[in-house]
Amino acid sequence: MNPVQETSTTGPARTASAVAARAESLTKVYGRGEARVVALDAVDVAFPRGAFTAIMGPSGSGKSTLMHCMAGLDAATSGRAWIGDVELSGLGDARLTALRRDSVGFVFQSFNLLPTLTAAENITLPLDLAGRRVEQEWLDTVIDAVGLQGRLSHRPSELSGGQQQRVACARALAGRPEIVFADEPTGNLDSRSGADVLRFLRSSVREMGQTVVMVTHDPVAASYADEVLFLADGRVVDSLAAPSADGVLERMKALDPRGGA
Amino acid sequence: MRRVVWRNLLAHKVRLALSGLAVVLGVAFVAGTLVFTDTLERTFTALFESTTADVDVSAERAFEPTGAPGGAPPQPLDAALAGQIAAVDGVASATGYVQSPGVYVIGPDGKVVATGGAPGIGTGWDPAEGLGMTLTAGRAPAARDEVVLDEATAERTGYGIGDTVELLTPGPRLSATVVGTLRFGESGGLAGASLVAFDTATAQELLAAPGTFHGVSVQAADGVGREELAERVDAALGEGLAVATREEASEKRTEQLAESLGFIDVFLLVFAGIALFVGSFIILNTFSMLVAQRTRELALLRALGASRRQVTGSVLAEALVLAVLGSTAGLLLGLAVAAGLRWAFGRVGLTLDGSLVVAPRTVVAAYAVGVLVTVLAAYLPARRAAKVPPVAALRDDHAMPDGSLRRRTRAGAVLGVAGGTALVAGTALDDAPATLVLLGSLALVVAAIALSPVLARPFLRVAGAALPRIWGPAGRLARENALRNPRRTAATASALMVGVALVTGFSIIGQSANASIGSAVAERMRSDFIVSSAVTQPFSPQVAEEVRGLDGVASVGVARLGFVELDGEPTMLFGVDETTGDDVFALDVIAGQGGAPADGQLLVDADLARDRGWEVGETVAVRGVNGEQRELELRGIYETAPSVGPALLPLATLGELGGEPLDRWVFVQLAEGAGAGAVREAVEAVVADHPIVSVKDMGEFVQEQQGQVAQLLMIINAMLVLSVLIAVLGIVNTLALSVLERTREVGLLRAVGMARRQLRRTIRLEAVLIALFGAVLGLGLGLVFGVGLVSVLDGQGIDELAVPGGRLAVLLAVSALVGVLAAAWPAHRASRMPVLRALATAQ
Repeated sequence: MNPVQETSTTGPARTASAVAARAESLTKVYGRGEARVVALDAVDVAFPRGAFTAIMGPSGSGKSTLMHCMAGLDAATSGRAWIGDVELSGLGDARLTALRRDSVGFVFQSFNLLPTLTAAENITLPLDLAGRRVEQEWLDTVIDAVGLQGRLSHRPSELSGGQQQRVACARALAGRPEIVFADEPTGNLDSRSGADVLRFLRSSVREMGQTVVMVTHDPVAASYADEVLFLADGRVVDSLAAPSADGVLERMKALDPRGGA
Repeated sequence: MRRVVWRNLLAHKVRLALSGLAVVLGVAFVAGTLVFTDTLERTFTALFESTTADVDVSAERAFEPTGAPGGAPPQPLDAALAGQIAAVDGVASATGYVQSPGVYVIGPDGKVVATGGAPGIGTGWDPAEGLGMTLTAGRAPAARDEVVLDEATAERTGYGIGDTVELLTPGPRLSATVVGTLRFGESGGLAGASLVAFDTATAQELLAAPGTFHGVSVQAADGVGREELAERVDAALGEGLAVATREEASEKRTEQLAESLGFIDVFLLVFAGIALFVGSFIILNTFSMLVAQRTRELALLRALGASRRQVTGSVLAEALVLAVLGSTAGLLLGLAVAAGLRWAFGRVGLTLDGSLVVAPRTVVAAYAVGVLVTVLAAYLPARRAAKVPPVAALRDDHAMPDGSLRRRTRAGAVLGVAGGTALVAGTALDDAPATLVLLGSLALVVAAIALSPVLARPFLRVAGAALPRIWGPAGRLARENALRNPRRTAATASALMVGVALVTGFSIIGQSANASIGSAVAERMRSDFIVSSAVTQPFSPQVAEEVRGLDGVASVGVARLGFVELDGEPTMLFGVDETTGDDVFALDVIAGQGGAPADGQLLVDADLARDRGWEVGETVAVRGVNGEQRELELRGIYETAPSVGPALLPLATLGELGGEPLDRWVFVQLAEGAGAGAVREAVEAVVADHPIVSVKDMGEFVQEQQGQVAQLLMIINAMLVLSVLIAVLGIVNTLALSVLERTREVGLLRAVGMARRQLRRTIRLEAVLIALFGAVLGLGLGLVFGVGLVSVLDGQGIDELAVPGGRLAVLLAVSALVGVLAAAWPAHRASRMPVLRALATAQ
């Protein structure tokens, strides 16, 4: 395990606790009156360090909202959330930005990269923004793992979709964040490229000790995780450890009788 | 299709408003200029029509002197003429009048009441009605020390009835009591001029000669038409008299005035043109970007069966709506511009009365110009829009096809070479017309615009090389973003380029003019002190007379300005006395003799002699405005020197030819051993009685002359600020649209940890890069123009080239600042974008 280090939001945050991120009664309400929608309903959740967790649920179950609120992209209506030991609620934009930069990695469904920067520049962008020095050894490990050695000087337009997403994964990990949030990372990829990305995310957890939380509606993708949390109507309703694609599909069907994910 | 147009306009309100601003400003200038001009003209027409004489008789001028400041002096008529006219059948009354410029009121502060370049008019009270004067308070002047002031002047100075007022006249300085106030015409508007009425005998003594008049005001008897009366009077009188009906007289004077104020029109319209030219880039840019952003949407329309023409039409229709809205707003803003101009002119004494005049022509011109420019600027993007393949709707990442720059590069290069050649030829060849240089310059501007996307890449690479090192990722992103679309960067920068090129060119011309004036005056004039008025008003010869009698003064020379015809060509020249000709003007004589022309002689400069083929000893026919003719012998030819003018006549001869008996320059030479300080004090004591003139030594005189150039430059540059302002709008527009286009990118950057400050810096640096690109191009072009124009103006007063390096460096720095300012709003907007919504924005 890592030794105890500083927990400031400006440096790489690393804590010894077993939980990388957690939430207590996290609630998010959109609109008011008749248009009032409760996206998150007092969610309590904890993502263990060094684990790959998948969040599943039908459309509108609040899985993306949960991720956004826990990653500091969106403010919760009430409740509390932590990344490492840092509580998010009450942080201003500047500190939230710094926290995202230093302690969180993101992988999005599409449009992950800046078209004007090369793959290498995209990967080190959060570090450059923070003015942090690149840990070359770690970076090489990450780049090896995503298999991008020969493509570092290419611009995104010269890369395939799968390659672009792997660049995005490398970027998310380059700063050794407390936690990586991946929002439908395989949503725009064919199944082979998707599998590459998922294998990489899993190996980053198993072999590099990283923490990954992935939102997905694809049971196959979820089966790469150590544990799957199921959300419905803004609540965590179920969980499944060491999931298989079929097992996930069964649970999903039970959640949504209409069968839609 | 119509619904699509409307929906789009509504969806892009902010973007369209920004590009519409360019139309608004351009149209506002056109409309403002026209409204102001019409208002000016109406004021003067009303002014002149206030004269209620049915027929006016005055001495006929042999020719109309052009370019004479304050108009040519009136010629005297014999008093007996009035009686002669009164005897003509159909004349009810004929009254001789005296009216002449050269009478100034001195305010309570001891300074001359400013007239803003309008004349200070002195007049005899009779016939008050015929001259358009109505007594509003007090009584008419009846003695030598009584005057009536116009209401506006009385109000401005605070003088009331019973107060003592000091007056400058062409003769002696005068102290008089205000016995009344008068109103001129119906509105009382004098366009800044002051009007002082004396009793007729005093007016004759001061302004003409005893027993003479400047004109005769004739009233028709009942039932006699003006034209008929004019014919009868004309038939009854001899040669040499001008007989004009009220309408004719008014028309003629309005025409003269319009001519002398015409430069304001030209000036303002040129700037309106610049504003629209610069503005068209913004419109072009905006529509290009809007079309690029809507690629998928346009492709969808095409996929759904819209024809190319319909797509082009929909973009043009949007432009048309924008043009109409923009022109309307511009027209309204134009009224404000005209009101502002009226106010500004009022501040310097030129008051315009009544409401603003909005002629139908103004409205037509505003819409025509606005619509034409906008639709033309939107045409290219509209055509491009039609080329979107329908399949683009189905693809995620289709970018608007950017045509190759090759054709553009080739055209730009050809134009550039042609323009450069014309410019070099125009400056190198002696007899090349100045238009060659202008055409060459214009070709270079177009070439620069055509080539700017090609030039943008290397420039941005080099200029932006240091950015990543200094500002890290913000610097790198800024540079890459500027490089992303060189066409857009270039079009944005072009707007600034035009403004900077003009400012640079004018700065070089101004600096060169200043340097030339300095050396010209220093080389050509030798005088210890010079007495003159700073605003080129002539003044009483009494000054020279008094200075002549002072201790320590060796000699005094005078120079007067005159208009004569030399062999049929009107020429503005100086009349000089012996001292001035022999001792003050240091002429570089290239043929014949120099020095003061003796009676019956004249001197001309080399240019004039060459133009007319005159040689020394030849006889030149000279005709004055009063019709007098002389045959003068060409005494000598001197090297052309702008400070001396094209020809010199003896003072006495100029007087005989109708020249005004007023001095422009008085040169004072010290006696040997006299103390300069003491003499200067004594001269200043003399001048104290003549507030419009001042004493200066050569250094101060040069500065004063240069000050006039500096003032002109300041006005020009102040106007050019407008084009820079529009350029700023262009940068704001481009950046705002770019930020919108890159919304998802902004979201991503913020999500992965870019601080707001860093984001703002990125956008700011991109703006600075674009602005610097425009400024550098503009500086280059401006240098070429400035140097080219200076070499064309060689021999017309500007013969030294001086480049104001410091000022140009400041210009460059200001341009960078312009970038920072322009980025403020887009940067603020980008930094405030909610991260999640930005990320979720559809591409």
